[in-house]
Amino acid sequence: MSAAPHLALARFTVALAAQTDFAGWREAARRLMLNGVKPEEIAWTVDRLRVDETAAALPAVPQGSRLDVPRSFVERAESVFCHSDPERFAFLYRLLWRLSREPALLHVASDPDVRRFEAMDKAVRRDIHKMRAFVRFRRIEDDLGESYAAWFEPDHFIVERNAPFFVKRFAGMRWTILTPCASATWDGDELSFGPGAARAGAPREDDAEELWRTYFSSIFNPARLKVKAMQAEMPKKYWRNLPEATLIPGLIAGADKAAKDMIARMPTPAPAHHEKLQARHWSVREPEAGDGGDAETIAELREAAKGCRRCPLWRDATQTVFGEGPESARWMFVGEQPGDQEDLAGKPFVGPAGKVFDAILDEAGIDRDQVYVTNAVKHFKFEPRGKRRIHSKPNAGEVRACRWWLDKELALVKPDLVVALGATAAQSLLGKAVPVTKMRGQTIEREDGLKVFITIHPSFILRIPDPADAAAERKRFLGDLQAVRRLATA
Amino acid sequence: MAVLSTREKLAILSEAAKYDASCASSGAPKRDSLKTRGIGSTEGMGICHAYAPDGRCISLLKILLTNFCIYDCAYCINRSSSNTRRARFSVEEVVRLTMAFYKRNYIEGLFLSSGVIRSPDETMAEIVEVARRLREEENFAGYIHLKTIPECSPELLEAAGRYADRLSINVELPTDEGVKRLAPEKRPETIRLSMASLRLKIEEKSEPTLKTRKRQRFAPGGQSTQMIVGADQTSDDGILRTSSRLYGSYQLRRVYYSAFSPIPDASSALPPKKPPLMREHRLYQADWLMRFYGFDQPEILSGKTDGMLDLDVDPKLAWALRNRGRFPVDVNRAEREALLRVPGLGTRAVHRIIETRPYRRLRLEDVGRICQSIARVRPFIVAAGWTPGMTLDAEGLRGKLAPAPRQLSLL
Repeated sequence: MSAAPHLALARFTVALAAQTDFAGWREAARRLMLNGVKPEEIAWTVDRLRVDETAAALPAVPQGSRLDVPRSFVERAESVFCHSDPERFAFLYRLLWRLSREPALLHVASDPDVRRFEAMDKAVRRDIHKMRAFVRFRRIEDDLGESYAAWFEPDHFIVERNAPFFVKRFAGMRWTILTPCASATWDGDELSFGPGAARAGAPREDDAEELWRTYFSSIFNPARLKVKAMQAEMPKKYWRNLPEATLIPGLIAGADKAAKDMIARMPTPAPAHHEKLQARHWSVREPEAGDGGDAETIAELREAAKGCRRCPLWRDATQTVFGEGPESARWMFVGEQPGDQEDLAGKPFVGPAGKVFDAILDEAGIDRDQVYVTNAVKHFKFEPRGKRRIHSKPNAGEVRACRWWLDKELALVKPDLVVALGATAAQSLLGKAVPVTKMRGQTIEREDGLKVFITIHPSFILRIPDPADAAAERKRFLGDLQAVRRLATA
Repeated sequence: MAVLSTREKLAILSEAAKYDASCASSGAPKRDSLKTRGIGSTEGMGICHAYAPDGRCISLLKILLTNFCIYDCAYCINRSSSNTRRARFSVEEVVRLTMAFYKRNYIEGLFLSSGVIRSPDETMAEIVEVARRLREEENFAGYIHLKTIPECSPELLEAAGRYADRLSINVELPTDEGVKRLAPEKRPETIRLSMASLRLKIEEKSEPTLKTRKRQRFAPGGQSTQMIVGADQTSDDGILRTSSRLYGSYQLRRVYYSAFSPIPDASSALPPKKPPLMREHRLYQADWLMRFYGFDQPEILSGKTDGMLDLDVDPKLAWALRNRGRFPVDVNRAEREALLRVPGLGTRAVHRIIETRPYRRLRLEDVGRICQSIARVRPFIVAAGWTPGMTLDAEGLRGKLAPAPRQLSLL
């Protein structure tokens, strides 16, 4: 890194109008770059009075030449420009110079100049963020009513850059932020900037501060003292302008004792109102749900199944998804298990497969409101994968455990025909594994006389990647349902 | 009862809220008050306006509307059998406090919770009324987080979502058994159902409607929850399993872990002890591995038998030490997923490495400039001119990378 040349030795001296005169720097840099002036030939300084002189001394832009700079550089250079490092003007020019020869330079995160650029940008952004966090307004009254003023000491020249944030946030009030090198004022309509100020120019107190301090000390949990963590985010240099910070030393000093006191304090007998509340709100505990053995209606059965603990699947699922449909239905459809959407809604066949099912049912001329739809397994079984739940197949034990409910549903609804949608349903209804693709379209009569029609699960159609194949499979499924309709109306 | 001043109420009702860990104010859509000439803005990223000596940020005015409560949850200072002082804010007081604090730039917004008095609907209606007054009467555009009472009516939930940026329902404890034992009146089934209906509402409202093509506003910052750590016997693996289920099932933005802290007038159901702060910290780190580093929950503690996260090294380093066969990773070639698993490389460093690779072959010192500390990274990577040699197999590797044991004051 070359140091800035002594003013007297430089070929060109650029005087900027202010520490934040990015436009002036940009114009000068453009002229110098297009004339091939090397970084080491330029000295940069801030001197409001010499700005005109500089403009006259800088070479003009050669006819027809232009400077192309990546937009990302200009945006970030404007931020880096707010840094308090006096070498930043020369550094940014040097980076510009390198950029014209190495266009991809900003993508090389390991380059020392790029690192420095990023580090300076980060420092400015942090300072901006801290100003947004730690400015504390104090309320004042004047002829126009209330207004607010704050004193803040930033590390970098960020007031102008940061002021629009405060305008957008506090549009409905009048305010001024004073800092040692600049001030910003919003009068409710317009934002204006002024010179730096002294701390004494800001109001000294505000009657809300006592409330704020009350909040600050009450929200602190002495059992969790972590002073280092606090100071990493709220360095001491900010403390002198934060009304709550005066409390910190006392809170830290008293924390150990306060925490020990909390632990040492013996539990005390409950106050009188506790018994009254218990009696009023909790005297009638809900009865434990039965196992549904004596249920006489589907509604009773559904109620009993809410608390089902017959297998461990209830643990991860939201709720029991019970069958739905008229108790007098002549046809019953049995699927595998509820999916993500069914688990949330508490209704069977409402997710993507349910939509396919509904559409084809409709095409086949079967009214969903006239049939009973349920699943072999009533809780959703899944594996969490990132933010999604991946369906996983219920095992034989889970299917067996859940047959308790399916058998009761069959006994209450007494359908003429049951349609097994997919292998799990067929297994549950027939008590053994059945090759669905081979046996689809067939009706099997159980020993108890119940007729079970075998077909696929509609989700199978959704899993076929080729649209033509999926359409063909959909057609076959429609054919199956039309057969079901013929069977049941025969 | 003597009439309490606003300041006395504030002391009681913020004290009563301090055991809730959540305080974030991020995730809201960008908005400001320029057009309305009201007060308040959100930037997507939250701002922490102060830090308490417990190291936790203060971003929101976090208070209870009241700490009267009909529930008797053993871990809660506001349970009905506790002898804590009771107070109740009026809606007007909360609105005034929020505006006064916000205008002075003390806070980013309001996080309002409440003990349940009389009925869940009555309490929730007051919470919603505070938010409504702030939005509609004060033109307040700052952040609002409301705690939802699980048993409240769908209409109130709908209204809450209209005014709030984020809604939350606490699961309280990692297992249903834990809830049943320590919070006998709470019903885990109801809590799950509420989270499910919140997810459905959020998804439904984020679809543009056919009529207006505009999205309706409903808790744009999503939902979150809190789990208390160390009040029951659940292992870290069990806790993370619950988190992973919650993220997947209800699309939560955040799960907060709150080390069980002794409370004044503690219940005799819980042994008084210091809060397991380091354990809480490790859980947060493990949570990040799931959310940002592509780890599936079962992987995090794979190969460990006790189901507990190491307290002396972070979970990513602990995982790498147990899975040394997956290292070293070549920084010039490896896929993003593999780089994200290197201890000491964060998401930003990985992004920079990938951005730089087309232009430069990275040497060890290049990586050193990109990441925070090359010492942690070095044994796990291959770079131009650098291979870690035998260090990966070295017995003492863990000792070298773990911080020296130190006296911990309050752990």
